[in-house]
Amino acid sequence: MSIIRIKNLHKVYSQKQIPVKALNGVDLTFDEGEFTALVAPSGAGKTTFLNLLGGLDLPTEGSVEIGGVRIDQLSSAEKTKFRLTNIGFVFQAYNLIPVLTASENIEFIMELQGISKRERAVRSRELLEAVGIPDKANVRPLQLSGGQQQRVAVARALASKPKFVLADEPTANLDSKSTENLLDIMLQLNKKENITFIFATHDARVVKMARRVITFEDGKVINDEVR
Amino acid sequence: MILKIAWRNIWRNPLRSWIVIAALIVGMYAGVFTTTFMYGWMMQRLKSGIETETSHIQIQKPGFKLAEDVNLFFESDTLIRDLERQGDIVCASGRLVVSAMVASAEKAVGIQVLGVDAGKDSLVVDVSEKLVEGAWFSGVKRHPVVVGQELAKELKLKLRSKLIVRFQDCNGDFTGGAFRVAGIFKTNNTGFDGGNMFVRDADLQKLLLIPKGMSHQIVIRCTDPTRVDIVRNSIEQFAKGLRVESWREISPELGYITETMNAYMYVFVMIILMALGFGVVNTMLMVVMERVHEIGMLMAIGMKRHQIFQMIVYETSMLALVGGLIGVAAGIITTHWTGKSGINLSMWAEGLAEMGYDSIIYPQYNFQMVSGVVGLVLFTGLVASVYPAIKALKLNPSQALQSV
Repeated sequence: MSIIRIKNLHKVYSQKQIPVKALNGVDLTFDEGEFTALVAPSGAGKTTFLNLLGGLDLPTEGSVEIGGVRIDQLSSAEKTKFRLTNIGFVFQAYNLIPVLTASENIEFIMELQGISKRERAVRSRELLEAVGIPDKANVRPLQLSGGQQQRVAVARALASKPKFVLADEPTANLDSKSTENLLDIMLQLNKKENITFIFATHDARVVKMARRVITFEDGKVINDEVR
Repeated sequence: MILKIAWRNIWRNPLRSWIVIAALIVGMYAGVFTTTFMYGWMMQRLKSGIETETSHIQIQKPGFKLAEDVNLFFESDTLIRDLERQGDIVCASGRLVVSAMVASAEKAVGIQVLGVDAGKDSLVVDVSEKLVEGAWFSGVKRHPVVVGQELAKELKLKLRSKLIVRFQDCNGDFTGGAFRVAGIFKTNNTGFDGGNMFVRDADLQKLLLIPKGMSHQIVIRCTDPTRVDIVRNSIEQFAKGLRVESWREISPELGYITETMNAYMYVFVMIILMALGFGVVNTMLMVVMERVHEIGMLMAIGMKRHQIFQMIVYETSMLALVGGLIGVAAGIITTHWTGKSGINLSMWAEGLAEMGYDSIIYPQYNFQMVSGVVGLVLFTGLVASVYPAIKALKLNPSQALQSV
């Protein structure tokens, strides 16, 4: 069953009064439990697509419907609330809160959701175990390696029990061993908890593991392959 | 957790934070210490003004103060007995007051002569404790007089020097007598020292031809200085036909001291805080601009705009509070320290004494004032946080995430 429906999605940026078409009529649907890679060269519209899917930006035209909700029609506050409960983000540059420890980073999202302190501590421990770094709970991001930081970022993305996770180039800054470990973790979580993962990537290792690969070019979907 | 993030954010750039905190410490220290210094100074003036010059309350016939008519006396003995039965009054003492010409072998000057009950008057005002030479009406048998140091200087008087006092009696005839200096006093106010002399009421009574038991004025000392106005109002109920005035009415300039002082202190502290506030705003704007990407991320993961606002406000307020509180604490410690030892301004003693001020200042801490300053620091922190916080709120999450 499709949880995400995207219809005729357009996004035009105005750069120095010259319109730049980042997305040019994208129609896609995503089912629950997908492990999908969006593949494209730089500037082809992957990040723009993820931003629109995550409600971080507004489309110029078209609609984004997630679980029956048109997120492009929500107010800013409603979108924030929607993101908090439905979407997990993993960024290329990890983007952890530098002044919080690994477990605090994970718990922070749950605190925003209003989850009790005890429950937060339990889930944070579980997630750190799931991503394989239970011993790093009290360590701040800058004292962790890139791979470890990205594992914390994945754990944080899953802390709110989201319907799907949007990952923008999550392996771009990682070495091959860290990439392999991280992908294994995400694949396991995908299978075990049926969480939908959508990656924007041009990393061949991610593409290899994806069950669906969507290729973008010039803001359009040119290929949609289910394996 | 937002509070925790805000607190830890302050220490991400310790040097920058400490520079802002140091500026706040210096500013607040200067603000608090200057205000406690001024407050102590003014309170000293107020205390000496009331306890030496005016007393807490005075009673006299209406018009006496303006006309200085020696015939405006009233029966005071019964009233004094009634007053002293009041629980709020330490002592009440009658006085005869006359304007006179005083002449020594050297010179003659115009002066106010106060005829006092030597024993009781010293319980109301403390001139008898300000003697620098001689004694309070002892050591001279006939017509002793206690003069201020300033008058003694002007008339070149020493202990036991003779002086002639001339004034009009109740019949309008010129009269006078010879007095001898029994004591010389020195207060903080050279004007008072040069314009007043004290004689025994019995001596003045005879010369003025005023019957016994009569006074021109009753001076009163209350048990609690804060209840002066209440006591004044209750006296007014039974002192019919007489004018009852508190020190505020007798010497309005003393009353203005406290009122203007409070206003002055707050204006002064607000100017300091305004200058510091701009520094804090500048720092926090830098902080927000440096963290655009991070703020974008926080918005992306679900932090609401009001929570972002809250975080910036907490951060700014805590910065202001840390600096402000250390500055206030340092100001209070210095006040305690100098409040005991005093600050010597004797270099300017002459000028200060002419205005009635002491040259050794004892800074005084005032809870209401210091808590007001702390409140203003917090307020400045809040105000200074608004603009940077609004800047943060205007960020678009997707654009913020793209910034480096």
